[in-house]
Amino acid sequence: MIELEIDGKKVEAEPGNMIIQVADAMGVYIPRFCYHKKLSIAANCRMCLVEVEKIGKPVPACATPISQGMRVFTKSEKALAAQRAVMEFLLINHPLDCPICDQGGECELQDLALGYGDDLSRYTEGKRAVDDENLGSLIATDMTRCIHCTRCVRFGTEVAGMRELGTVWRGEHMEIKTFVGKSLTSEVSGNIIDLCPVGALTSKPYRYTARAWELQQRYTIAPHDCLGSHLNVHVRRNEVMRVVPRESEAINETWLSDRDRFSYTGLKSEDRLNQPMIKQSGHWQSVSWEVALEYMLEALKKVIAVQGPEQAAGIISPSATLEESYLFQRLLRGLGCPNIDHRLRQIDFADQDSMPLYPGLKVKIADLEQQRAVLIIGANVRQEQPLLALRLRKANLKGAQIFCINPIDYQVNFNLNQKLICHPTLLPEMLAGIIKAILVKQAIEAPTTIAEQLKSIQVTEQQQAIAEALSVNQPSTILLGAIAQQHPQAATLRSLASLLAELTGASVNLLTEGANTAGAWLAGAVPHRGAVGLTQDKLGQTIAELFAEPRKAYVLFNVEPAQDCANPKQVTKALQQADLVVALTPYNTPYLQQHADVLLPIAHHAETSGTYVNAEGEWQSFAAVVSAPEQVKPGWKVLRVLGNLADLADFNYTASTEIRDELQGMLANHSLKVAKQVQPRINLAYTKHPLTRITEWPMYRVDGLVRRALPLQQAASHDSVGIRINSKMIEQLQLAAGGLATVEQAGESVTLPVILDERIPQGCALIAGGFAETEVLAESFGAITIHV
Amino acid sequence: MTNVCYRTLQFDEPWTLEAYESVGGYQVLRRIMQEKTPCDQIINELKEASLRGRGGAGFPTGVKWSFMTSASQGAKYVVCNADESEPGTCKDRDILRYNPHQLIEGMIIAGYAMGCTSGYIYIRGEFTEPFARVETALQQAKAAGLVGSNILESGFDFQLETAIGAGAYICGEETALLNSLEGKKGFPRFKPPFPANVGLYGRPTTVNNVETLASVPVILEKGAKWFLELGKPNNGGTKIFSVTGHVNKPGNYEVPLGIPFKELLELAGGVRNGNKLKAVIPGGSSMPVLPAEIIMETDMDYDSLMKAGSMLGTAAVIVMDETTCMVKALECISKFYMEESCGQCTPCREGTGWLHRVIHRIENGQGKPEDLDNLVRVAKNIEGRTICALGEAAAWPVGAFMKHFRDEFAYHIQHKKCLVG
Repeated sequence: MIELEIDGKKVEAEPGNMIIQVADAMGVYIPRFCYHKKLSIAANCRMCLVEVEKIGKPVPACATPISQGMRVFTKSEKALAAQRAVMEFLLINHPLDCPICDQGGECELQDLALGYGDDLSRYTEGKRAVDDENLGSLIATDMTRCIHCTRCVRFGTEVAGMRELGTVWRGEHMEIKTFVGKSLTSEVSGNIIDLCPVGALTSKPYRYTARAWELQQRYTIAPHDCLGSHLNVHVRRNEVMRVVPRESEAINETWLSDRDRFSYTGLKSEDRLNQPMIKQSGHWQSVSWEVALEYMLEALKKVIAVQGPEQAAGIISPSATLEESYLFQRLLRGLGCPNIDHRLRQIDFADQDSMPLYPGLKVKIADLEQQRAVLIIGANVRQEQPLLALRLRKANLKGAQIFCINPIDYQVNFNLNQKLICHPTLLPEMLAGIIKAILVKQAIEAPTTIAEQLKSIQVTEQQQAIAEALSVNQPSTILLGAIAQQHPQAATLRSLASLLAELTGASVNLLTEGANTAGAWLAGAVPHRGAVGLTQDKLGQTIAELFAEPRKAYVLFNVEPAQDCANPKQVTKALQQADLVVALTPYNTPYLQQHADVLLPIAHHAETSGTYVNAEGEWQSFAAVVSAPEQVKPGWKVLRVLGNLADLADFNYTASTEIRDELQGMLANHSLKVAKQVQPRINLAYTKHPLTRITEWPMYRVDGLVRRALPLQQAASHDSVGIRINSKMIEQLQLAAGGLATVEQAGESVTLPVILDERIPQGCALIAGGFAETEVLAESFGAITIHV
Repeated sequence: MTNVCYRTLQFDEPWTLEAYESVGGYQVLRRIMQEKTPCDQIINELKEASLRGRGGAGFPTGVKWSFMTSASQGAKYVVCNADESEPGTCKDRDILRYNPHQLIEGMIIAGYAMGCTSGYIYIRGEFTEPFARVETALQQAKAAGLVGSNILESGFDFQLETAIGAGAYICGEETALLNSLEGKKGFPRFKPPFPANVGLYGRPTTVNNVETLASVPVILEKGAKWFLELGKPNNGGTKIFSVTGHVNKPGNYEVPLGIPFKELLELAGGVRNGNKLKAVIPGGSSMPVLPAEIIMETDMDYDSLMKAGSMLGTAAVIVMDETTCMVKALECISKFYMEESCGQCTPCREGTGWLHRVIHRIENGQGKPEDLDNLVRVAKNIEGRTICALGEAAAWPVGAFMKHFRDEFAYHIQHKKCLVG
């Protein structure tokens, strides 16, 4: 420890700290612009100049390491003179038109100018004007306001791993630019809005819609990925005006993905359902809640009574809250129906009995930075979990080796030591090769379950390298992403990953879908287990079975069936033939109009209280940040009333927290014992189609809210819909890049633009899900044909 | 007259290996390689010789080198700063053109003394001919086994390469130079850490000026005492003065440090047309100007000029006669620093433009009385608050011009024209 003195106060700190860090920790504020605790030190703004005894010139507090006996004066005459001088320099070319600047009222320059600026400018020369650049639909620029602190540049280079902004020219002509005048494509680009201390980079969707002092700040949890980032939602008169990160070192640090930041723009979509509706004799009519709920319940009871409980099915979004998932399954199970699922995009459930209490991360998000080796299987990490990718980048910068097995050569923001890119059907084989490499090297006999299957596998040097790295570099981690979990052989992939983990000492981590997959499992929104994993007398069927063998009644909770599920064609067919389709939904879409019988308007995530359990098992509760429109009700309240109407016991919750507490109590008294998997379900056999469809849900198509966020749909980082295919395949199929082609799958066809994409392996085309354009198509990794 | 850095000038082709070897070139290197002279001994010799950095700052070279010896194992670098860009300065260019081998020998010795694995000669972008000369010389030296692996079969390896700048003054600042050498933008780095700890590619690095490095072989050949006695105590050796401006014989003059300015002016043929001397900037455009009556009484060495209120700098002596408009002169200088500011840190990026615009206004008859105090204030506000010394380089001339020639500026403001017509 080093002892020093700041403004007369004695303090001790670790060597290596800079003056500003020690001052911050002891609550002594030193003005600054370029310094940011998460970025490298630039020392370019000079605002933090302080006086240090025995040093002639004032020194920048951000870049001066502390030393024993140092005496720092942050407010001495010399320090203040330097700070005031710098402020004057910063202001001479700054527009000083705060009243028309979007940053006005929350501007670091404005705030500090109050303390360090003069009331009159002594600069009478002309001011600098700088051309703006169009950075895309998310970030507005006003580069004349830029004070060249380079926080945005350093963020891109250091944190995001995308050098999209840089400084060009020199002296007073220096500008922050993209070099080539293109839009930003980083999935975390919005953070530069927060980082920019002035109004040079502001939020395009929010711009000129409110003033900081009109806003109330409320806290919630992000609804799109499995991390559960902490959000501050800024609300004006019950309207969400914008979303910014709330610092959480364990989860999102000071960052936010663009998806979590801008998806609020989808809250105001025009297709909002504002009134309960029922369809009678093909005609929709708005009805009261009483009428709608009774109508729905009667119809549902009738199906269960007449057709049997197995003829009903409940499908809930993995982003529904813990409370909603819990009441949803209680209601349906209470009515006798065990068919409940939230695993919208999964196909293979062979290993569901050996799943843990909830799938997720074994490693804490923050600890991912400490991993020494990481194997990514079937994941587009940057799109699926943007902030988790930043942790991997940090681990990588600290020396971690990262590998991937993917069907598509996804762009990542770290260095991949090895990448195995293969046809999607070969993912299990690729993984098995790594296992074989270890077995051979360590002369271990292969488990009988796969011994035979491993024989024909040739181990490559790459696989050997990965095997070696995972064993030698500890801690090591295996990450299975959306593609692995949506894969037709997902159970095999999971089992192989577990086996690999056993052999190497790595941990197996699942990057789950939606905001609350862990919560959905805990709440019992799965057909084979009840809440907190309790065994059920009556086992339900999986979502795949529920649509493959159509049922008579479907209750959908915040699901847009044809855009959210794995096999839209099958889903639509099932809904078409059903006697009753009830949708609890925030949206009134033509699709639901066509296929549903009852529409119940439920609140958005921003309008309801609840809990999300993130992938690391953290329970994070939140209150509603705005109230729902009058006739729109939070999902848990609708389910509670339905429970009451159905005369189910113990449904008298008065607050969502009671539901959470009930579950927590159950969890405390019960621990799931998953029978040790005796026989790993490993089946490397696969059917290879002449042409395989690869399906992924692009990051801005994963749920109804984000799909309605227009600025995200227009963002340069958004993948538009089309047939993505490599040049060889284009030639082979005689297509024209940029032209149109028709995809046929399971008897349905759709015409889409052909997009040249060299990342796609031979024999495949990437046709994304989550789009209206592709909702007639069938299974995620099914056979397709493409022709002009 | 004794030449140290220009000791091959008597030959028709002074840049050749033969010419250099004929004056004893590479003999010191051969001796060191053969005797395995202890590094400390070389460094002490330089300290005793009182060799001070010839690039402008005048830091004792031996002391600078000694920072490197304690540094960690692994790659260490010596870099020659041949990005000679200070207005008025052209001394290094002539070493590169006429005696490149002496620089190369100096660099190899520096590399040996500091335990460096490689060296770079970073040459100003506009120096086409000097670059070619150095490059040719380097190839000759390599062919002769003087540079590279196992130099002169001594077991000592030292790789030496040239690099060329792209025309930015700021890259003459040693840390901006290192960034440029790494392929990055020429932004000076914040110090600490100093290059001796974290330099090129993050490794311990020493950056020396051309003239400094070229002096080394001669010091080691003829001894510290000989060199020191060429100059004055604490100001050892000769110094090349680039005399420019209103003199009859502008040029580079390698003369002993401490030469009275009067004598240097005589060497340069005196003031042109028999005009009266008005002022002299003794060390390149960034150094404070001195009026005739002070400079005529001053010796040209580090300490004397400091005492007189200026600095030796690069020893580029800019002579101005009575016909010079000091406002115009300062406008020229301030424009240069505005254009060459890298833009990284606030006081310099914003302040250099402010200074220039005010001076430009005064020169163009639009000055206001309050401009004078404002100029001094703005210059003071830049000084000492920037990442690198370009802030001082822009501020000092303003301070000195205002100190010695304030009346001329006031005249300009009042009469909207020049005092000197």
